[in-house]
Amino acid sequence: MDMPDTVTSTEASASGSLDGDYDDAAGYYTPGSPLVDAKAPEGPIAERWQNRKFEARLVNPANRRKLDIIIVGTGLAGASAAATLGEAGYNVKTFCYQDSPRRAHSIAAQGGINAAKNYKEDGDSVHRLFYDTVKGGDYRSRESNVYRLAEVSTNIIDQCVAQGVPFAREYGGLLDNRSFGGVQVSRTFYARGQTGQQLLIGAYQALERQVAAGTVSMFSRHEMLELIVVDGKARGIIARDMITGEIQTHVADVVVLASGGYGNVFYLSTNAMGSNVTAAWRAHRKGAYMANPCYTQIHPTCIPVTGTHQSKLTLMSESLRNDGRIWVPKNQADCDKDPRDIPEEDRDYYLERIYPSFGNLVPRDIASRAAKYQCDDGRGVGPEVDGVRRGVYLDFADAIARLGRDSVEAKYGNLFDMYARITGEDPYSVPMRIYPAVHYVMGGLWVDYDLQSTIPGLFVTGEANFSDHGANRLGASALMQGLADGYFVLPHTIRDYLADGPFEPIAEDHPAVVEAQESVKGRIEHFLTVNGERSVDSYHRELGNIMWEYCGMERTETGLKKAIDLIRSLKDDFYRNVKVLGGAETLNQSLEKAGRVADFFELGELMCIDALNRRESCGGHFRGESQTEDGEALRHDEEYAYVSAWEWAGDDAAPVLHKEDLVYTAIEMKQRSYK
Amino acid sequence: MNLTLKIWRQQDASTPGAMHTYQLADVSPDMSFLEMLDVLNEQLNAEGEEPIAFDSDCREGICGMCGLMINGDAHGPEVTTTCQLHMRSFSDGETITIEPWRSDAFPVIKDLVVDRSAFDRIIQQGGFISVNTGSAPEAHSVPVPKDDADRAFNVATCIGCGACVAACPNGSASLFMGAKITHLGLLPQGQPERDERVVNMVAQHDHEGFGGCTNIGECTAACPKEIPLDVISQLNKDLRTAIKHGH
Ligand SMILES: Cc1cc2nc3c(=O)[nH]c(=O)nc-3n(C[C@H](O)[C@H](O)[C@H](O)COP(=O)(O)OP(=O)(O)OC[C@H]3O[C@@H](n4cnc5c(N)ncnc54)[C@H](O)[C@@H]3O)c2cc1C
Ligand code: SF4
Ligand code: FES
Repeated sequence: MDMPDTVTSTEASASGSLDGDYDDAAGYYTPGSPLVDAKAPEGPIAERWQNRKFEARLVNPANRRKLDIIIVGTGLAGASAAATLGEAGYNVKTFCYQDSPRRAHSIAAQGGINAAKNYKEDGDSVHRLFYDTVKGGDYRSRESNVYRLAEVSTNIIDQCVAQGVPFAREYGGLLDNRSFGGVQVSRTFYARGQTGQQLLIGAYQALERQVAAGTVSMFSRHEMLELIVVDGKARGIIARDMITGEIQTHVADVVVLASGGYGNVFYLSTNAMGSNVTAAWRAHRKGAYMANPCYTQIHPTCIPVTGTHQSKLTLMSESLRNDGRIWVPKNQADCDKDPRDIPEEDRDYYLERIYPSFGNLVPRDIASRAAKYQCDDGRGVGPEVDGVRRGVYLDFADAIARLGRDSVEAKYGNLFDMYARITGEDPYSVPMRIYPAVHYVMGGLWVDYDLQSTIPGLFVTGEANFSDHGANRLGASALMQGLADGYFVLPHTIRDYLADGPFEPIAEDHPAVVEAQESVKGRIEHFLTVNGERSVDSYHRELGNIMWEYCGMERTETGLKKAIDLIRSLKDDFYRNVKVLGGAETLNQSLEKAGRVADFFELGELMCIDALNRRESCGGHFRGESQTEDGEALRHDEEYAYVSAWEWAGDDAAPVLHKEDLVYTAIEMKQRSYK
Repeated sequence: MNLTLKIWRQQDASTPGAMHTYQLADVSPDMSFLEMLDVLNEQLNAEGEEPIAFDSDCREGICGMCGLMINGDAHGPEVTTTCQLHMRSFSDGETITIEPWRSDAFPVIKDLVVDRSAFDRIIQQGGFISVNTGSAPEAHSVPVPKDDADRAFNVATCIGCGACVAACPNGSASLFMGAKITHLGLLPQGQPERDERVVNMVAQHDHEGFGGCTNIGECTAACPKEIPLDVISQLNKDLRTAIKHGH
């Protein structure tokens, strides 16, 4: 069972307010005009989506095959949209950087997918899922969007079951549910620990069916490197064929980005090696606003780093915290001892000590921060990497004594096996070691209620947009959002835009196409000719360290300002001193990485500026300057109940901040507390 | 530990390749196999030699992107994916041979990277249930016996890595195909298209140049997801039934 992102025992009302006008980010940005979602629906919350669907114009079936749609990404958000729009008869082109659409990183999701089916008759409803999600997001999401998400969640399960997704079932043959994210109801559907895989295979198969039907053309091993904007509208992309190196132009009537999250800006994360921000960032530079880029979710139960060779981090289900006890040695001198030799009185079960009522089950961000504090304090365990031991024990000795080894094995066997395979240690006899890792980003491209960005004709779905999770995401809700966007939301909203199409054809030599082509070729040419001293990975790792240190679990004004300076000088060095071998017209993985890291530098800087501007702690964003007397997160609704939407102003100009005010009519804002 | 690595290098599909030998020192047993190759690539880059191309993405054993022949075994000596193999499975001073998947249906693209798009084309021929978005009935309207659902899940865990093909002396993709046929064939939703599915998928399989199955069983031994051999019996059974039905 995953942990509550915001389950509260005692809910304090209204937050504290700030003394005076803070603007830590002054000088780093230019204030812009307020941003309003022009598509925001009105009326009672439960009727808004029905109304919007009705108002959105229809496209005559005979016209659909004359309309070209580009979809970048084949994860849950992209594959579901491609399949659905293909079925509707549009002409779809889909892109992914892997060798097959089935490998998008949605495949790695373990825990499950939420839906308000209320099969357990335990009081769940669309409204309760809506409420939990807004509260989980710490009141920083848009209520209309979240309500719609909860509303379509039930259709997702029907669709997936019909596709043959083998969800877990009960003996009677009906679907099983579990409670996840610490919520009080059982609404999570799952397929053992491989829910993302099974959902993605379902969407992938639906996509391949459309490929066979001729409505979808699939471009695997193609990376989008630029967006084509003509007369203010998104009209296509520039993609590189990753095998031949050919730079291709693809034009369309509309472009959809479903390119996933950018957690790899931290270098180490639970994302896939190729997860990137390039598709989104190139669109940002062309006019799409980036919303809340600093909102990052850090997951407490990951396998710790073993050395500088580490290339990625592996998540283990948080359910482990139901039975495992988390501790560190009280004395630094014990940190390198065999944990079994450390007597009970010399162990600090710090979560149980600090949070007696929630203990080891405190929410993700609290558990993560607490682990960091112990390690910063010199009481971490496991191997020393860069002079610090970053790990805490997750101990099952008591659980094994209480429940017996067999029942622990029945519950957690596959996780224990995975841990043993990666670490070479036997968690049945030696306590596991865990440490937090970057897992998900709530930030992303700004979209309106129709999922359209600030560039007309550019829609954004899944983790790549910012829309539904506010400052924090509930467990099992990202899979729900990706499929909601792709199967049930986008296909309706995009038709309103396409009703005006087909748009004027665009020639290969249109100045906007030529400009986009030249910009891509220029970057490639640059990387291949610098011929410096350092590898791309070494820069990426150093950028990741900066982000993790200063824009990770705890952010402060001084730290963030320092990070911005460090990022800027590292970026300068990167452009002057990176070493990329090989050619442009061949498979060249260093070249691919160079392009992605270049964009991560710019994103990283914006994340720090965003974090600097938001001098409050909310959801996954913890500002050291904004905490209660006993060190808990403190939100400031008076000042910060807005979405930060950043506009690119040029390479040498400060970004422009547009604020979208968050207004709640169907729900009341509350402050959380776990003590 | 210190290792001698013999690695296949090939510039592109049309240029012949060859084995190259590299020395790598100070390998930590905690590294994954692919992290070991990352370290080698850093070394090559520093020395001015183009890094070795190999595929990987999730690096947690689920996406199916990675896959190498290691000392002649698909995914190496353990029952797991290449990305989940760790250097503690090897010993100091060892010589390790690393090659791409070898199969006519998986041409080499560069170095250790192969083209597995034939798998996607097999799925296109029927590895799905035809149900348009929005037309699905309420999920609980059709109960599925738990045993069937569990077994469907077990075979649906195939990650499409291609190790079964690489391990098979005939280069057959029967295990991959059998896993999909069995998954969809166990579910009530999969019945209407059952005959057509198997006939069309098998035709595409043969068309792609995969070999026939002669029940050797190397596929299941190499499979990181332990897909059992009996999915191939199911495949054959479904094929016979379809033919009997006039397909
Ligand atoms: C380890 C792990 C466990 C998780 N567990 C859960 C869970 O239990 N429940 C839950 O709800 N959520 C979970 N999540 C979160 C959830 O899996 C993701 O947020 C979600 O799957 C993202 O889906 P997506 O379709 O937006 O993006 P992705 O699945 O990441 O797909 C991105 C797609 O974009 C393509 N792409 C990216 N950039 C480019 C480019 N430049 N050019 C061309 N193509 C490009 C990729 O090839 C890929 O096809 C988990 C995440 C992780 C990492
Ligand atoms: S059957 Fe096994 S070896 Fe073959 S593709 Fe699937 S997971 Fe890989
Ligand atoms: S890299 Fe995904 S399975 Fe190995």
